Amino acid sequence: MESLKYLLFLGCTIPYRVSNYEVSTRKVLKRLGVELYEMPEYNCCGLPMDSLDHELMLTLSARNICVAEREGLNILTLCNGCFGALNKTNKMLKENKGTEKVMKQMKDEGFDFKGTIKVKHLIHVLAQDVGYENIKKNLKKPLNKLRVAQHTGCHILRPTEQIGQEDPENPTILKELIKLTEAQIINYKNETDCCANPIIGLNEEIPFQIAKEKLSNIKAVDAHTLVTVCPFCHIMYDSNQSRIERAFNEKFGIAVLHYPQLLGLSMGFTPEELGINELRVNPRFLKYTLSFE
Amino acid sequence: MKNKTEPKFKYELSKIAGAENIMLCFQCGTCTADCPISRYSEFYRPRRIARLVQLGYKEELLSDNRLWLCTTCFACVDHCPQNVEPASIVRALRNLAIKEKRQIPHVTKELAFTLLKTGYIYRIPELRLKQREQKGLPQLPKTNLSDIANIFKTLGITDVLENTKIFEKVEK
Repeated sequence: MESLKYLLFLGCTIPYRVSNYEVSTRKVLKRLGVELYEMPEYNCCGLPMDSLDHELMLTLSARNICVAEREGLNILTLCNGCFGALNKTNKMLKENKGTEKVMKQMKDEGFDFKGTIKVKHLIHVLAQDVGYENIKKNLKKPLNKLRVAQHTGCHILRPTEQIGQEDPENPTILKELIKLTEAQIINYKNETDCCANPIIGLNEEIPFQIAKEKLSNIKAVDAHTLVTVCPFCHIMYDSNQSRIERAFNEKFGIAVLHYPQLLGLSMGFTPEELGINELRVNPRFLKYTLSFE
Repeated sequence: MKNKTEPKFKYELSKIAGAENIMLCFQCGTCTADCPISRYSEFYRPRRIARLVQLGYKEELLSDNRLWLCTTCFACVDHCPQNVEPASIVRALRNLAIKEKRQIPHVTKELAFTLLKTGYIYRIPELRLKQREQKGLPQLPKTNLSDIANIFKTLGITDVLENTKIFEKVEK
């Protein structure tokens, strides 16, 4: 087993908009014996700059990887976007594929890329490093009345050639992690469809339409909650849900949990301790499934 | 299509990282069948974009802001039987449109300047920083801003940001 020490890479969107994802992550990882260290001097992962200049994205990303190498620890991300960008850049640098200019820039900033660290997403750390058995030992409260749908997202799965952790057409890691809590996994139509959040600053009509379809598909199978592992997916379905309801004159009322919030409930933390009270869509289901107020 | 085509455009684009395989597209349309945006946009269809590149419709492509409709779900990259990487072709087209100072989304420009000034793409408000304290979260690290400034300088980003026409919204 790898030692359970990581640099927490928060990125920009989590501290800006969804700090309850961070709060709940820190709570559950501490309980599981994972040690988190603050990522020093980090910058944006680079992904939002990819459409401006691909080289800029790679360089910003490489700088973060070099900072982590200096600390001698693997990176743990909570955001699919940060994971995708950092993991891809790390792989490209290790293979030295078209990254000569990026390497030179790093040297100019006093960094020396060595290829010594890995980039991992929270669900990979939980499933592979902590392990299902270890997680199970820490769970007190079976959530067996809860009907849970999941949305794994895109940048944690694709492109397969760069990630290759699981089948993007049928991802199972998040489902396995949900099953540990004894919640019922509720399958729904088109589970792997994108949340479409990345273009919402430029066009709302299409992302709203795409998100509406997902929320309708989830409502159709009577799930209590949708679980996500990315701040962008979460914002799309939670923060924007009331606007989507207004746009289509349709009521969904589907509360969206960050995975560590679900896990935390099963560990016996209160909803407040996990920042569940900060969700936009009221998780009414907690009352009758877990007898929480 | 009003403008003259530039038949050599495909060679120009294929020199950009990610767009190397544009010539291999044989128009099967798998990308478009699997693209969430293509269901709602007539312009944004990866197969169509690949063909326009092959035929040399440079002006039409680089002046059309609907290139920014791609959500980067990468379904097209995974499913293309020819390894064309349609999403990377679209990225290359966006990069080129900006490099040639034709057009840039206002939001991208704002994020880039905030990144240059703070290391983050958003200016995290004081209230949020205070809330972090109240929640017992550690302070956010400050990045080395001179590194970011050097990176922007080497790549000529600031010049491009200051001298490229912005657009606000994209119609489907």
